[in-house]
Amino acid sequence: MDSILQPWPWYVSGPLITLVMIFLIYFGKTFGMSSNLRTLCTIGGAGKYSDFFRFDWKAQKWNLTVVLGAIIGGFIAVNFLSDGSAIDLNPETIKDLQELGFNNAGSTLLPGEIYDWDNALSIKGLAILIIAGFLVGFGTRYAGGCTSGHAITGLSNLQLPSLIAVIGFFIGGLLMTHLLLPLIFA
Amino acid sequence: MKFIKFLFVGIFFGIVLVKSEAVSWYRIYEMFKFQSFHMYGIIGSAVVLGIISIWALKKFKVKSIEGNEIKLMPKDKSFIRYILGGSIFGLGWALAGACPGPMYILIGTGVYSMLIVIAAAVLGTFVYGLLKNKLPH
Repeated sequence: MDSILQPWPWYVSGPLITLVMIFLIYFGKTFGMSSNLRTLCTIGGAGKYSDFFRFDWKAQKWNLTVVLGAIIGGFIAVNFLSDGSAIDLNPETIKDLQELGFNNAGSTLLPGEIYDWDNALSIKGLAILIIAGFLVGFGTRYAGGCTSGHAITGLSNLQLPSLIAVIGFFIGGLLMTHLLLPLIFA
Repeated sequence: MKFIKFLFVGIFFGIVLVKSEAVSWYRIYEMFKFQSFHMYGIIGSAVVLGIISIWALKKFKVKSIEGNEIKLMPKDKSFIRYILGGSIFGLGWALAGACPGPMYILIGTGVYSMLIVIAAAVLGTFVYGLLKNKLPH
């Protein structure tokens, strides 16, 4: 039981993510989390503005159900399956983050410096969250998938487009982490 | 009732991503700093096992639960949309520290300010839909 309550190592977690993908494929569907963002647009009436949102969203109810489950899973994991262990980050990472003004790195899942309400509702903080979300939503649809659709499913299915997309994920991610984050937070 | 299996897969997914710490902003930062093998191990082992699994599903012509042939849609052939869209996504991923799956999961962990990020992601998707025909694909 102790090993369940502690953080799971990568060689347990990775294969379990494969299992999620295989279950969804076996159920006749596919593993793609960002598609739900498009479905939400359609439910909100975006079909009035673009063909891209004119589809029968009810055919995507299964995927919205996965999202609902994921939210419940997140709740269960932190409330019943965690012993409050800190994230075992590389000490270098912790030091680098301190220089950017992030304290207690790894004691929670997310930095309060970004996600605590006080910061999230400041003008700078709100801009960070909105820009970050916008880039994810715009980029994932432009690229035709996110981590689940391209990095996990696409690569598993040996799709060259997915490899190009994942290289893109890293170009953007490295640019943000190494060049932009120090400008935003220093 | 036919949705219950999807609910369970979602719950399982949410638990795995929290317990693996893949939902953590810090783990994403550490990954892009190449300071830990953790995230590479997760994605790498998921993909290696995924390649073997999908190969086996095709090889043994496994039928889906509804008895249909299992088909995975090949992605459209292109370069520019994947490299550009992917880079835009990567910028957001490293800033928010969360991709779409973890965004939903983190709501369940009690980080309600993530709703702002999700709302902005829906807006980003909407704007892509508006501009789709003007963008190079």
